Amino acid sequence: MARQVYEAVADGILGGGVYALMAVGLTLIFGVLDIINIAQGILVVLGAYLSYVLSVHLHIDLFVGLLITVPVMFVIGVAIQWLFIRPLRGRDRASMSLLAAYAVALIIEGVLYRVFGPGFVVLRASYVYASVHLFGFYLSDIYLYGFALAVACVAALYLLLYRTRFGRSVRATMQDQTAARLIGIDVNRVAALTFGIGVAVTAVGGMMFGATSGGFNPNSGYDLISRLLAIIILGGLGSIGGALAAAVFMTTAESLVDIWSPDWAVVVFYVALVLVLVVRPTGLFGRRAARAQ
Amino acid sequence: MIWRAGGALAVLAILAVFPLAVTNAAVTTIAVDTLIFAAVAVAWNIFSGYSGYVSLGHALFFGGGAYTVGIAGRAWHSTGDAVFALLPLAGAVAAGLAVVTGVFALRVRRHTFVVITIAFFFIAQITASNLTVTGGSSGILAPSPNWDAATFNNPFYYLALALLVAATGASWLIRGSRFGLQLRAIRDDEDRAAGLGVRAMPVKLAAYVISAILTGMAGGLWFYFIGQALPQFAFDPLFDLSVVVMAFFGGLGTISGPLLGALVIEPAQQYLTLQYTNEYLSEILLGVLFLLVLIGLPRGVIPTGAEKIASLRARRTRPAAGAAPPGEAPAGATPGGAAVREAKP
Repeated sequence: MARQVYEAVADGILGGGVYALMAVGLTLIFGVLDIINIAQGILVVLGAYLSYVLSVHLHIDLFVGLLITVPVMFVIGVAIQWLFIRPLRGRDRASMSLLAAYAVALIIEGVLYRVFGPGFVVLRASYVYASVHLFGFYLSDIYLYGFALAVACVAALYLLLYRTRFGRSVRATMQDQTAARLIGIDVNRVAALTFGIGVAVTAVGGMMFGATSGGFNPNSGYDLISRLLAIIILGGLGSIGGALAAAVFMTTAESLVDIWSPDWAVVVFYVALVLVLVVRPTGLFGRRAARAQ
Repeated sequence: MIWRAGGALAVLAILAVFPLAVTNAAVTTIAVDTLIFAAVAVAWNIFSGYSGYVSLGHALFFGGGAYTVGIAGRAWHSTGDAVFALLPLAGAVAAGLAVVTGVFALRVRRHTFVVITIAFFFIAQITASNLTVTGGSSGILAPSPNWDAATFNNPFYYLALALLVAATGASWLIRGSRFGLQLRAIRDDEDRAAGLGVRAMPVKLAAYVISAILTGMAGGLWFYFIGQALPQFAFDPLFDLSVVVMAFFGGLGTISGPLLGALVIEPAQQYLTLQYTNEYLSEILLGVLFLLVLIGLPRGVIPTGAEKIASLRARRTRPAAGAAPPGEAPAGATPGGAAVREAKP
């Protein structure tokens, strides 16, 4: 029993790294643009399919393939922001951009169905099935590599945000868009690049998701986005540290409940979210709530 | 006013005689579906359009109503017309769900509210697929209706129409009432409304419950019409989004907007699904249409159209006063028709 619990915690933390990476992209986009990119789930699936095409048709290793898929997803992100999010104006901009992101998600889902069909596919590589014996547990290689990669990506994002000039302008825009504009920050450019970065991490998240989820199809985006939303709300919208903590907390809680009842494990995500919001309406690490409804 | 009442009566008359004129079952099936969706879109708008709290979880009430009719119908061996008598029960269960979830969800605002409604509806979906009383992942079957095949769709059609009329009537009454004004004050600035003496929580909750009752009854009717409730279709994320698209297309917070949106979008969607069932083109086309509406008609057909007409009239009566650019609302105008009506000469 105790052994199962330790294993569940280890699984949860390793899996949490990947969710953390995907959630950081989402919360970053929210912080800068004040929108919820509901297409993030299907973009993760798109990233997984890109990795699938590279590995099956061009025989490129999954991790090497990221050198191609990350820039591709970055460009897709910038294009989505530039074409569909930026033109939206008016007082309902926040809910409209949510709907625009949903429309983009529908289109991507339809295209994926048309190209790949509804069948489940899985990313294969030697390290997906291998495992190492560590501290008395068997840990799957792919989880270890993925966790290391996720930590590296989050560290790189941290350096970008807190140690560069661009990062400073991103944080300024997150704090107050009007003030950032007044001191000469090109807010449109920051918004487009942030959206690109937030989507680029889905290439990494998608590869990991495709290799560890035991099969995905174009419909997998819904489950992903609802988990990611629960994570970023729990962590507090716009809080990067909150997203990391909430991702690990959620996946650990899920894998613990999974020991007793796999059927109900997913519910933990949402129940935890509701309980936390009852106590703290701004999430664990959230900023003050916006005044106007 | 007379024109409006006349227009509403004309639309009602056309809808009432429609199944007498058109007997093609494929067409009337789409018509029943459209009316059910129209009722839901109008009901959704009573809460989300007026209060500004965008709910992406109304499938909770729709599916809740569907399962209520399914479980109660099975337990009491209801058949034929008797199943329709279960619809008020579906509404009552949806009201209960709305009270329980609303007490939690309505404490948070904006994006967080959107996400928490999604969370509740996913909890419902997973619960429905894990319990034995709901039939698990194989769902629950409706009793089979016992009336004539030739006019099979008619009872469903007229009940859906009655529900739509009830929802539209409720929407109209609420919009003009003190209650509706309180809701719209909350939409514009909840803290200021509270400062002016609006008791925000009971007002929001009341609108949420009214919206849920209508949606739950629509869900119960849909279940009997479709003949089966499966967790992923009774609690469907696409359902939530379709309803929101319809309301946005027609105009958020207006009376006729969601109705118009449903009457245009649902038949188009059904037709496309029938045409391109294997190629997933319907999904792509729906997304493209959605983007075009958002970017081209950001405030919906009804408000934009009303503005265009108002500005045309203004130009005709006062040709010299062309200073105000046409089609542009005064600052702070509500997306509803109120400000537009006042702007008319």
